[in-house]
Amino acid sequence: MSDQSATAPQSRLAKALDSDFVYSFRRSPVAVVSFIVVMLLVLSAVFAPLIAPYDPFDPGSLDLMNGFTAPMAPNDFTGDVFWLGTDDQGRDVFSTILYGMRVSLFVGLAAVSFAMILGITLGLVAGYVGGWVETLIMRAADVQLTFPSILVAMLIFGIAKGVIPIQHHDQMAIWVLIIAIGLSDWVQFARVVRGATLVEKDKEYVQAARMMGRGRGIIMLRHILPNVLSPVLVIATISLALAIIAEATLSFLGVGAPPTQPSLGTLIRIGQDFLFSGEWWIILFPSVTLLALALSVNLLGDWLRDALNPRLQ
Amino acid sequence: MTEKLLDIEGLSVHFPTRRKLFVAVNKANLAVEPGEIHGLVGESGAGKSTIGAAVMGLLERPGHIAEGTVSFKGEHINGRDADGMRALRGAKISMIFQDPLTSLNPLLTVGQQLVETIQFHLKLSDADSKKRAIELLDRVGIPMPDERINQYPHQFSGGMRQRVVIALALCSEPDVIIADEPTTALDVSIQAQILELIKELARERQTGVVLITHDMGVIADTTDKVTVMYQGEVVESGSTEQVLGAPAHEYTKSLIAAVPRPTLKVHRFPQLSYGGRQIAFHIDDLARNWDRPEPTKSGTLLKVEGLTKTFLQSGSIIPSRRKFFTAVDKVSFDIREGEVFGIVGESGSGKSTVARMIATLYQTNGGKIFFDEDEITQLKTAKDLESYRRQIQMIFQDPFSSLNPRMRVDEIIAEPVKHHKLLEGAAIQHRVDELLERVGLGSEAGRKYPHEFSGGQRQRISIARALATQPRFLICDEPTSALDVSIQAQILNILKDLQEHLGLTMLFISHDLPVVRQMCDRVGVMRQGQMVEVADTETLFAAPKESYTRELLSLMPKLEGLSTEGLQDEII
Repeated sequence: MSDQSATAPQSRLAKALDSDFVYSFRRSPVAVVSFIVVMLLVLSAVFAPLIAPYDPFDPGSLDLMNGFTAPMAPNDFTGDVFWLGTDDQGRDVFSTILYGMRVSLFVGLAAVSFAMILGITLGLVAGYVGGWVETLIMRAADVQLTFPSILVAMLIFGIAKGVIPIQHHDQMAIWVLIIAIGLSDWVQFARVVRGATLVEKDKEYVQAARMMGRGRGIIMLRHILPNVLSPVLVIATISLALAIIAEATLSFLGVGAPPTQPSLGTLIRIGQDFLFSGEWWIILFPSVTLLALALSVNLLGDWLRDALNPRLQ
Repeated sequence: MTEKLLDIEGLSVHFPTRRKLFVAVNKANLAVEPGEIHGLVGESGAGKSTIGAAVMGLLERPGHIAEGTVSFKGEHINGRDADGMRALRGAKISMIFQDPLTSLNPLLTVGQQLVETIQFHLKLSDADSKKRAIELLDRVGIPMPDERINQYPHQFSGGMRQRVVIALALCSEPDVIIADEPTTALDVSIQAQILELIKELARERQTGVVLITHDMGVIADTTDKVTVMYQGEVVESGSTEQVLGAPAHEYTKSLIAAVPRPTLKVHRFPQLSYGGRQIAFHIDDLARNWDRPEPTKSGTLLKVEGLTKTFLQSGSIIPSRRKFFTAVDKVSFDIREGEVFGIVGESGSGKSTVARMIATLYQTNGGKIFFDEDEITQLKTAKDLESYRRQIQMIFQDPFSSLNPRMRVDEIIAEPVKHHKLLEGAAIQHRVDELLERVGLGSEAGRKYPHEFSGGQRQRISIARALATQPRFLICDEPTSALDVSIQAQILNILKDLQEHLGLTMLFISHDLPVVRQMCDRVGVMRQGQMVEVADTETLFAAPKESYTRELLSLMPKLEGLSTEGLQDEII
């Protein structure tokens, strides 16, 4: 019935490019555009030291005289031109955005990975083992859901600040941020994985493995985990956008990335001080970058959800 | 000649897909006269349901009618717009779907659904509609219709629900009913009642019925005419008697030869394959390398005594408040070494639960299982059970869920070998390749994933996995009930070969009596968790002792009109 007849042996790459997944990607303009935007932003963040005209962390390159230079206009004193202007300390906004994006992306990716590992593990165990273990894990998840995740993150951040000596605050801030966002985000992974595990564990291939005498750990890792990963991939993408926003929110509130290591959120907070005094560019460009990043990751996640959902095909 | 109610001429249905045009139905002809039941038979993918959907205007996109005409009472109906089709659909042509669980709205009472439909089609008052609904329920054989009309679908059993679906289809007094596998989801006793009802209605109201099914037994017992389809083409059409008794087309012949007969026991199903679907199964090579264990002293390999399983029905913290449901109730039997022991019963009879307890998938709640004189129920740890688990293997019902979709076929087959540490290194791959060759798939199949295979091929992968540990005892839980009849014949032949050449002992679970007769040496009949009767297969079929067994046997399709071409050499 299917059309496997005429396919000649192909290379792995050619096969992958011919797959329905890639086909559905190419047919979706939204997915293509968001993918290009994401790649552009990620690459420019990764190669920031090569692209950025100035190093915003090198005090030597800063000239206070360059402060508050408008975009594309020569500075009144030095005559220097900055594409996106400068902030109060004369830092090039374009360069700080590139460096800030590195922090934002790193925190986002690390936090999602942390949430993913935690959520998948707990979800698998809850779904497969069942009984009181499941009750315990899932009730903990329910309780966690009653707090807004920003609140959870602030709580963890506050505790960490109290525990860690003050001289280490700046170094630890990023890691605390990752743990705070990751801990407030594991619940959805756990719920989805548990649901999928409940479906998979009654399937006959799992029974075949149990009958063989395979242990719980091996069944969960080798048999169930690979079969519950596709919804996880979708949530991870959408969570990434949310984590980036959460990081920006925390940093905006002043409990996130320190000014010495500014993320997009920190930049927006700094820019906010000057919004009403006419220096609009300091807040506008980091905000637009955040918007573009979060939106394109989100749209990519949306497309992925549809593409991986067999019911919609 | 009477006027044709439904006349399909040269109908082609196309599904354009990304890579090529898929022709689901190719130039099919079919005509239904009043009061006639026309069977449409074929294996999965033959296009029989697509014809039903095309007539109703319910083709799923991108499917469309590419050519040909569908006429209802002499009037062309294909090409009508959505409103035109809606006036016809339900009103003049009704449909009965396969699954009564999903074709009723669970949130409305049966009465609400009937009254709504009646009012829409017949424009009656509320009171008259309700009266008519009660009449209809009564007509389709639902007891106490005036009470049951206020109940919800979940309060009806599967068979009763299908009766309600039929009542719904009758609401508008249609001229044609299209029944798509109306009894496939039902037990055999209920299936017989539903088919009888459809027959009565067709005769009484002069309704034309198109009965779509894959089941030759249903065709033989119910239909007046039959059309046989194969891969979108009509290969043969005519009166049921003629087509089944003296098939002209090669495909029909192979299909009929593959049907297990309740009255004839065959040695092997004939390999009258059509369309290059022959398989090679190299049992002799396999038997040469097979390590046979010492036979048991008593001749009995597996013995079950007073086996009981209860499931928690409603839980509670207080133990005395918990309610239990007894799925298996003190079942005892023994299986001799080298024989095939069958368990038959309707759904819910506990036959699969018995298999699962023997397979160590369920804990027992009482009773003992002995395997080669060891008491299995005494063994608690995984280590103690290791040797037993190596010697028993299971073939599951659903070939689509019994193989892990994310594992390669060679990994799937190697898993039990690695787990039991039977072989090491290159010898594992050698064993896997050998098994794949022997079950007729070829060793290159090992590098593919399960989704690249058809149902029958997957079931052969399952068999290869089961044979990988060289077991003594094979549990087959409805191994062919998800397969087409010609594939079923192949798989049953393979199982027979295994039993004969490798001396395997088998427990064969099935609801299908003709299959059990072909396969088993002895049979146990189960009903509501209890073993009703255990006897030699031939004795049981010839002279059943218990009334329940007699009842089951009487419901079995007789298939006497079926051609025995190709079977002569095989009859024992």
